[in-house]
Amino acid sequence: MPLLKNGRLAEDAWAFAPDDADLAVGGCITVSLSRFLAETDALTARNEGIGVRLAPADDPSLLSDHLDRLQLIEVEFPKYVDGRGYSIAQLLRRRLGYSGELRAVGQVLRDQLAYMTRCGFDALMFETSDAEAGYAAALAEFSEAYQATADGRATVFEKRARASRTAEDQS
Amino acid sequence: MYRYDEFDETLVRERAAQFRGQVTRRLSGELKEDHFKPLRLMNGVYLQLHAYMLRVAIPYGQLDSRKMRQLAMIADRWDKGYGHFTTRQNIQYNWVALADMPDVLDALADVQMHAIQTSGNCIRNVTSDHLAGAAADEIEDPRPWCEIIRQWSTFHPEFSYLPRKFKIAVTAAEPDRAAVKVHDIGLILKRNAAGEAGFEVLVGGGQGRTPHVAVTVRDWISKAQLLDYLEAVMRVYNRYGRRDNKFKARIKILVNELGPAEFARQVEDEFAAQTDAEKVVLPQSEIDRIAAYFAPPPFERLAAESEAFSARLAADEAFARWARTNLRAHKQPGYTAVHISLKDASIAPGDVTSEQMRAVADLAERYSFDDLRVAHEQDLVLPHVKLDDVLAVYDALKAAKLANANAGLITDLIACPGLDYCNLANARSISVANAIQTAFSGPGLEDEIGPLHLNISGCINACGHHHVGHIGVLGVDKKGEEFYQITFGGRADEKAAIGEIAGPGLRHEEVAPALRRVVDRYLALRSAPSEKFIDALTRLGSDPFKEALYASA
Repeated sequence: MPLLKNGRLAEDAWAFAPDDADLAVGGCITVSLSRFLAETDALTARNEGIGVRLAPADDPSLLSDHLDRLQLIEVEFPKYVDGRGYSIAQLLRRRLGYSGELRAVGQVLRDQLAYMTRCGFDALMFETSDAEAGYAAALAEFSEAYQATADGRATVFEKRARASRTAEDQS
Repeated sequence: MYRYDEFDETLVRERAAQFRGQVTRRLSGELKEDHFKPLRLMNGVYLQLHAYMLRVAIPYGQLDSRKMRQLAMIADRWDKGYGHFTTRQNIQYNWVALADMPDVLDALADVQMHAIQTSGNCIRNVTSDHLAGAAADEIEDPRPWCEIIRQWSTFHPEFSYLPRKFKIAVTAAEPDRAAVKVHDIGLILKRNAAGEAGFEVLVGGGQGRTPHVAVTVRDWISKAQLLDYLEAVMRVYNRYGRRDNKFKARIKILVNELGPAEFARQVEDEFAAQTDAEKVVLPQSEIDRIAAYFAPPPFERLAAESEAFSARLAADEAFARWARTNLRAHKQPGYTAVHISLKDASIAPGDVTSEQMRAVADLAERYSFDDLRVAHEQDLVLPHVKLDDVLAVYDALKAAKLANANAGLITDLIACPGLDYCNLANARSISVANAIQTAFSGPGLEDEIGPLHLNISGCINACGHHHVGHIGVLGVDKKGEEFYQITFGGRADEKAAIGEIAGPGLRHEEVAPALRRVVDRYLALRSAPSEKFIDALTRLGSDPFKEALYASA
């Protein structure tokens, strides 16, 4: 499945290791939250890239002491209408300060890409024939936003206030 | 009323273009119906029994003549010449072809309207008191905050795939005309002990198959913190609301499964955990800018009484009767709010023809500072009419067949479209409504009965608000036959309550005569003509009324 990072196709060096998988296997892996918390030391001792895959019901704040060790956090969207992953992303980016790769996996569809990006996902597993073009088109649909989110874009409220200040300065 | 600036305009235009693309992809087969459904719902497009339906947002129920005329144009051009006003102050068109929807959205955008988030599991169109800005009893105009909430909730990227739909209503008066206690979030603008205006936050109200009255989660939150507090409520719901069962997914279920105290604790914890960087930036200049659009219109200084009005009252009994039922007190001396009832035994409750829409638009433009409201009772309101002008307004309404003198009376009932249109319905609503209206209409009886809210739903989803009618009528299907359960004692006001089922359902043709017996019993038992039905019911309990309901002739 194609991996998009910041909208561009990228090589995927990562694999998800199920809870019963042997950790001796080499390469960068993500594991479930419970496994990560149970085996943190062993996982970090591997000296390979380590990441966590969060399920929708997982509490991202349990990772708050480990975020600088994680190169990747995957957030699962088992169904695209399950919106919990958006809150997880916002919490990771805005409250917990996670700055590594944040990847949406699962049922990731074109018409949800823009909101995912706004909530802080910089990587997406996006199954489609022309992923880059689909992503670009999806993100171009809206040029303004009312809400402050993890993408850091200035909101309509802020832009208006700035414009009114500028107008005052000039008068 | 609020006018879009370049930002609002851009977003609404871009939404119309986005939906045009989605419809094209759907019609070409690129987008599957499964994946299209949530997208079309978030644009108010339902697939109904016979056709697609489009629900257009009327934020907090406010229109002007230009918007209303455009709604009439849309009804003529893409529908069958009429529209249906809903209990959430919106308008629905029942016969628009899917391929035409993008053109309709463009036509709406031309007058700064849209169908954004009128359905789907997202934050829906915000509703309010239809007398906002006119009522003498409000502490201030709630509409600026409705507009701020509209903008904040529009395309919210975190809260667009919620467990279930999410409805917010705002009022600023103690008498609740916006039914805030049966909304997912109800906001009541009120003053704290220091005299500062802020909001009481109620959460977890709703109807449907598990009706609940909302509970107060925060007694008072400042205006500056309102959006942050709403974000906290939404996040708790988005993360912890049930997603395993559609019928248990509303926030009311979360509030009740956790218990109100624990739910409130979780919201308060989330609110307290917000970092400065997470707080919504809503500059005072922005609040002021939005509020300025809702400044009072240039009222004239008038005497509280109007000679012409008083003379007509004395001379014209039909006018006097209409004036008694359909005029509402106004904060400005010499003015009144005119309630236009869309209820008549010959039409579906809430339906208006394009011709009538234009007639009302003309009246708003000429006599009400170009301000027009939709009331959640599926009626219209001219909020600011001079008493001197009421005569001309009445005559014009009469000519348009809109002078129904029954606002707030039993025949001004609320009813969903029911089995005539809706693919969720179990039973017809419109025909039962019309039968009840026929049984009670006529000046003598209706006036004698006085205020009585009767609400009818064609299924347990309760779009016709049967749970909160003083008398509720719920259509059910029993082995292929329509039956109607009656409830007593519901109310949607500041004393909100869920009605109790009286007993076994009645056949379609039995409903109106049975309700006539109930009302006759009320007339016989009330302590005085001033004792309303709901008050008599509270005093006496429902037993005498149940007995009358089932006392076959």
